[in-house]
Order: sequence, then structure tokens, then C-alpha cells
Amino acid sequence: MKLEKAILATVTLSINKAPVGANVFVCESEEEMDGVAADLEAILDGIAHKLSNGVYIIVKH
Amino acid sequence: MNEYTIPILFGVIAGTLARIYMFRTDYRQYPTYPHGMIIHLALGFIAASLGALVVPSIMEQEFTAVTFLTLAASQFREVRNMERKTLTEMDSLELVPRGASYIEGIAVTFEGRNYLVIFISFVTSFAYLALNVWAGFIAAFLAFLVAKKYMTGSKLGKIATIEQKEVTFDGPGLYVDNIYIMNIGIPARQKEILQHGLGFIISPKNFDARMTIGNLGQRQAILHDLAISMGVYRDSGTPALVPLIKRDLDDGRIGVFILPQNKNVNLAMKVISQVPTLENAIRMPTETKEKESDES
Repeated sequence: MKLEKAILATVTLSINKAPVGANVFVCESEEEMDGVAADLEAILDGIAHKLSNGVYIIVKH
Repeated sequence: MNEYTIPILFGVIAGTLARIYMFRTDYRQYPTYPHGMIIHLALGFIAASLGALVVPSIMEQEFTAVTFLTLAASQFREVRNMERKTLTEMDSLELVPRGASYIEGIAVTFEGRNYLVIFISFVTSFAYLALNVWAGFIAAFLAFLVAKKYMTGSKLGKIATIEQKEVTFDGPGLYVDNIYIMNIGIPARQKEILQHGLGFIISPKNFDARMTIGNLGQRQAILHDLAISMGVYRDSGTPALVPLIKRDLDDGRIGVFILPQNKNVNLAMKVISQVPTLENAIRMPTETKEKESDES
């Protein structure tokens, strides 16, 4: 299956800000978030986008 | 050997030489494949033979013989299909693909060049038979000039101005001048992009050019040519490092963002200005307006 424009994963500090349905990674600090997002970006071949509320989403384009 | 042998050979040689001359492996790096080149040389030779044969067959009143030119036409259409197929298949393996429009442009050029060869060898053998060998030389030379004029299309530098602009971040948003390119979240990636990235703004010189450079195929052609000449800092599976072009909706300027291996700004500007304007991207909305106002 080929995915186009799909949120593969979400990295957040607060579980309340995460979308329902995507794989959510809850982190404790900004640094941890950056690291986890970078790892996921490399693993999933997607782009880590940052939303205005500070949540990272990994999107496949 | 009869009276036509030498003129025909003369035409064939002129045509084949013209085809060789039209091969210029320039910065677009095509054709760089020795076997592909042999195919095109052979086809050029066939085209030259066909062109050179036209005049003798008319002089011998063998008018039906001229119908073999229709055969040639279908043969060379095949060339276009072949080129298109090869390039499309290879395109999926390019780090920065050419795009369908660019491929179509190249394929059409390959077909068109064979017709130019027919034309050159026709003119040459005609001049030789009608006058003498010197007329043949002069005709070959003039036909070369005509072919040269029609061989090279328009360049992007003619319809647009190119300037270098800073690549900047506003939060996670990546900008070239004031044109938004994409959202890059991770600070480490942002740093990488600021370090390696180059940004250019291409401003159209008139309204027609606005539509042309807005064409997605044209934009992909710019990126491909840039990536080929400058190298590209990316690998498969790094979509965040993909070169992109986005458009300013208000004034039709486009912002080019690329991470080159070779960060030579002047060379990059030169490459952009030398990108061919694709035949199928050229739009002339102003022509339509003029015609409408004529009618009313």
C-alpha cells in the first residue's frame, strides 16, 4: 500500500494535545522530543513537521 | 556508380555530420550513454539517406518513391516513444526526477532532429544536382545555420530574472525571501538546511512568463537541471531535504530551494538561466486577450 499525505506518528509533551488515531510518543522534555522526532523521521522516511502548539507530526508526503 | 551516387553520398554525409553536431552532451547530461548515442547516429544516417534520395527519385520521375518519406515519419515517431519510455523508466531512480514535461520535451527534440537531418540532406543533394558541388557546400552550410537556429529553444533567462535570496526560518516554516517552502520541525535539520541550502527567486518578466514558470513541469525541470549540475545534498528516504519550488500567488514569482553539493551561487544562477523553457509549459494568455478585443 502506498501512503500519500498520512500522519505516521505524533511526538508530544502532553497526551491531551495528541490526535486520536496516530501513534503517539509522549516525551518529558523538548530535547527528548527533538531526538525522538529525528529518529522517527529517519526510520519512517517522512518529514517531522512542527505545529504551532509544539507538537511534532511525522508526515509521509 | 551513376550520376547520382556522388550527390547522394554528399547529402548523406552532410546530414550525418549535422546529426553528430547536434549531439552536444552539455550540462543536462543527456545523452551520456554510448549505446544510446549509436542508436541515434544510426537513425540520423537513415534520415540523411532518405533526405538525399528525394531529389534523384523526382528527377527519375519515380514519384511514388517519395512515399517512403511517410514511412520515415512513422519510424521517427517510434524514436520519440523509445526516448520517452527509456527516460520515464530511469526517472523513478533519479534523486531529483526530470518530470514528465521535460521528458516529453527531450523526446520531441529527438524526433524533430531527425526531420532536420532529412531537410539538410535534401537541400544539400538538391543544390548539388541542380547546380554543382560548390552550391552543395553552400547549401549544406546554410542548412546547418537554419538547423542550429531551430535546434536551440528559448531559455529561462530570457523570460525571467534570477536573484539569490537568503534561506530563513520563521519558527518551523522555511522561507526563501517571503515565499513559504515547507515546514521543518527538528532543529538539527533546520541547522543543516541553513548551512547547505541555497535560495533563489525567479521573477517573470511579463504576464506570459508568469504562467510558464508556474507550470509544474517547468519547475521540476529547473530543479532537475540544478541538481544535475550542482549535485544534491540528499539521499533516498530524506524527504525533508528534497529541493522544492513554491510560487508567490500574488505576483507569480517562484522561490527555488535546493541543497547543492557545490555551493557556487554564480554557477547556479547561470544554470537556472540556461534551463530550457519547455515547449509544453509555454502559455500566452495575453495573446488570447488581444484576439478577443479584436473581435468585439
